[in-house]
Amino acid sequence: MNIKFLINLKETLIEKVLLGCGLLTVLTTVGIIYVLFSESIGFFKEVSLIRFLTDTQWTPLFTQKHYGILPLMGGTFLTTVIALGVAVPAGLISAVYLSEYASSKTRQIVKPILEVLAAVPTVVYGYFALIFVTPLLKNIIPGISSFNALSAGLVMGVMIIPLVSSLSEDAMRAVPFSLREGAYALGSRKIQVAWRIVLPAAFSGIMAAVVLAISRAIGETMIVAIAAGQQPSLTLNPLVPIETVTAYIVQISLGDTPHGTLEYKTIFVCGMTLFIFTFLLNMVCFMLKKRFSEIYE
Amino acid sequence: MNKKRIKIIDSIFPLIGLLITLLGLAVLAALLVDAFLDGHKRLNLSFFTSYPSRKPDQAGILSAWVGTVWIMCTTAMIAVPFGVAAGIYLEEYARKNKLTDFIEINIANLAGVPSVIYGILGLGIFVRMMHLERSVLSGGLILALLVLPIIILATREALRSVPSSIRAASYALGATKWQTIRFQVLPAAKSQIFTGIILAMSRAIGETAPLIVLGALTYIPFLPTHPVTLSEKFPFLHVSFQGFLDPFTVLPIQIFNWVSRPQKGFLADAAAGIIVLLVITFVMNGVAVYLRYKSQKKLS
Repeated sequence: MNIKFLINLKETLIEKVLLGCGLLTVLTTVGIIYVLFSESIGFFKEVSLIRFLTDTQWTPLFTQKHYGILPLMGGTFLTTVIALGVAVPAGLISAVYLSEYASSKTRQIVKPILEVLAAVPTVVYGYFALIFVTPLLKNIIPGISSFNALSAGLVMGVMIIPLVSSLSEDAMRAVPFSLREGAYALGSRKIQVAWRIVLPAAFSGIMAAVVLAISRAIGETMIVAIAAGQQPSLTLNPLVPIETVTAYIVQISLGDTPHGTLEYKTIFVCGMTLFIFTFLLNMVCFMLKKRFSEIYE
Repeated sequence: MNKKRIKIIDSIFPLIGLLITLLGLAVLAALLVDAFLDGHKRLNLSFFTSYPSRKPDQAGILSAWVGTVWIMCTTAMIAVPFGVAAGIYLEEYARKNKLTDFIEINIANLAGVPSVIYGILGLGIFVRMMHLERSVLSGGLILALLVLPIIILATREALRSVPSSIRAASYALGATKWQTIRFQVLPAAKSQIFTGIILAMSRAIGETAPLIVLGALTYIPFLPTHPVTLSEKFPFLHVSFQGFLDPFTVLPIQIFNWVSRPQKGFLADAAAGIIVLLVITFVMNGVAVYLRYKSQKKLS
């Protein structure tokens, strides 16, 4: 054996080991899908899929057991809509400002600060929603409950602003300057250039940001577990306690649920529901992002 | 819209934009002030050296912060080598083919999977199938998988920013691919990779939901077995890995536990815990921002 052969062998081995590390991520996905589906199959042997999707009550911990996912999905929908109502307008305006108006110096200071908002642990936001925002809202809306979708949704929205603003800003800055100059040459003002030229041109990138924000809001757990309550109810009223899919998973994990029971399996069914939704949204986001990076190349 | 209105809007928009951008900052300030006012009285030495207790004014975060240190070390030991290695493969070795595309889409998707689902994965695989129980090792494994995509993406970005002339020069001197990566590319990308690792760890330190789903207990009046203890006999040090298999709690779980108690006193404990957690998170982020700033300066 000559030395060259040994070196080549070493090089190939290293490449294979590195590839193996990359494949670990594939293994993670396989693991998630396997765990979620294998336990969910056990659940659907006892509760039919139709009952799961159409029953309007979710009471696995009561004596009168109902297994309808709709109330939990309704809770998730409600908090997500409220969060997006805050994050999308605020994130977009802030992105337009940072990309079209702010000087590079302002940007350098403001952006790291916005990133800090995204770095605050969610359990802290939950505390903030429950202890600070809800009492504040009580002054304005006296009838609001101590646990409610509104305060959790609002705080979640603030948490998601940096995500929307930084991804939208990237998309806007990728729009070629010639487009802006063309509009200026036709006599447009800056505000018109920003909203009528840059925003539409960056549309697919901005949509990717919004889709990712939806996915994040659906999957957010601690804020809703702390501040939104633990009462699954099919309502669009943001002032009463509700429960989201994620908050239910936390609630049941805190109790001592014996392995193998139907209650235990509800964790996995809820997880599967959550995974399917966020997976679809993530895929849409991935494709939108790919499209926007291709347009101007 | 008439011209006058457009003109007015055009002139006030920058102000509105700045205000909205600063809205987040205002929320952050309110959060900090609120937590500080609620919790600063509890922040004394005994808060760090006491176990949780039924009496709010005697409760502390000893088991929580020690647990957090254990979990963070375990997470880093697993996530850093695997994440950096995977990043190197994808950026330096991978050819453009179906497998590479698949791995990339998969990583993008994993980065968006809600953290609570990683907890379910851990419950199914590590706790049930591998019988690791609700241990430090299970928790560390889960958080490692959770931050793996972040470390991979950061590593790739760092490697991409290394000029290809460095690689060319190394090849020209007869170095193999691995030698080039090991001795030229990695050292050049070191500080940027390190920045990514710190950010990933600061994400992991605040994660609560996956560990709750895993079944991490909230009331832990003891610490994981110390890895190194003094002993009478030669070599006078006793090394034990038992700690990795012991149950644990972490700072965010302890905070969550206190927030969900009805007694007012525990809210002060929660706020004090939040101050500690935020200080750690902000310091880590600050270091990361500083390192990024420094490495950008060096490259330009």
